[in-house]
Amino acid sequence: MNLPGKLAVAAVIAAGVGGLAFWYLTEPARMDAETAAALETGDAARGERIFWAGGCTSCHAKPKSEGEARLQLVGGVQLKTQFGTFVAPNISQDVNDGIGEWSEEDFANAMLKGVSPSGDHYYPAFPYASYARMRPEDVSDLYAFMKTLPAVAGRAPDHTLSFPFSFRRGIGLWKLLYVSKNPVIAMPEGTPENVLLGRYLVEGPGHCGECHTPRSITGGADKGRWLAGAVAAEGRGVIPNITSGEGGLGGWSEGDIASFLETGFTPDFDSVGGSMVEVQKNIAQLTPDDRAAIAAYLKAVPPRPNGYPARQPSN
Amino acid sequence: MKKFIIAVSAIAFATTAAFADVIADRKAVMKENGKQVGVLVKMVQGEADFDAAAVMAALTRLNENVQAIDVAASFPPGSDKGDTTASPKIWEDMAGFQAAVDKFKAVTAEAAAAPAQDLEALKPQVAAIGQSCSSCHEAFRIKKG
Repeated sequence: MNLPGKLAVAAVIAAGVGGLAFWYLTEPARMDAETAAALETGDAARGERIFWAGGCTSCHAKPKSEGEARLQLVGGVQLKTQFGTFVAPNISQDVNDGIGEWSEEDFANAMLKGVSPSGDHYYPAFPYASYARMRPEDVSDLYAFMKTLPAVAGRAPDHTLSFPFSFRRGIGLWKLLYVSKNPVIAMPEGTPENVLLGRYLVEGPGHCGECHTPRSITGGADKGRWLAGAVAAEGRGVIPNITSGEGGLGGWSEGDIASFLETGFTPDFDSVGGSMVEVQKNIAQLTPDDRAAIAAYLKAVPPRPNGYPARQPSN
Repeated sequence: MKKFIIAVSAIAFATTAAFADVIADRKAVMKENGKQVGVLVKMVQGEADFDAAAVMAALTRLNENVQAIDVAASFPPGSDKGDTTASPKIWEDMAGFQAAVDKFKAVTAEAAAAPAQDLEALKPQVAAIGQSCSSCHEAFRIKKG
């Protein structure tokens, strides 16, 4: 065989090996058998706390719902991002349009692995990169609570994404880089219990880092600037720095933070705004201890300067 | 041509300066509202003792301030530029913005007409006012870098 011929064969082999490696690396991985077998029947009462901490209603309730209607998880909220428009699906108990037929294992695979019952990757607009840090028993409790919520018919439209983001299989690579059950901020031995609880609530179910942390070019959280604030991935403006670094919450006491999460008022009696309005409503449903824990953790994370560029004078 | 450019620049400068005043006034109103709301919130949070006279004074002052809001005068087109966190959505949905302001006026008028006489009655009044603040700030304010 002449040289070009050999090169062509080599290229085909390389492409084949590359393709196989890609296929292997991007395989949607469900929970391992041991974790799946260890799932226990959850407790709906405990699950309600996780439901509010997780902020499910912010995206999955019908847009602009108030009161009891926020428990009708019919979906439809649109997140317009640089990758395209994501639409939150129906996660009510409806057997056709929602998740009424899901087993607890299906639910846990979605939350902890970002994998659907049919074995596809979910897009990380569904914040499983955070939920992956949740305790399986909390996921079981959440499943039990969601079983108590109403079934609502109605299917939200599909996502409209541009290529290559429309190709789900590629999410497997993203997951290898960014999905882990390990905590983001390492805490030394002897860290107070409430700080650890706060870390769990913030990094796990609360998924605060999804908006408050800047993203790298590939769309993963930039952990070196954890919670430092970011240009809004969706909508306009910026999301505040909630570390104690310059531009952040350095001037707020733990009590100020907990009080803001409870009432929606800042220390100088400005009100909560933007997409945080929905979040604050959810966090207000938690116990004072949980809010105090979140505040304690936020005061303990490494202080960082703002994770977004300073404002241009003409804007 | 030169004169034209100077004239345009002068107009541009004048409008920016004019909006600077409008924006500063808007902020002053917000600051003052926050001060009055703060009196009430501190009582609800137990940081201050309930004081019926102080509640009445704060609600009265807040209500005067809020009733005086004139959307057309305070939010002229173009005044989303400058040192402001007003969202462009105000001008994209002026009717919705006006409706939100009207709702805020109704809530404060109702509270000022019947100021709470005890802490239990104050809580829902503060909650209703706070909800007006945040529902408007949810849709019509953006944080900028």
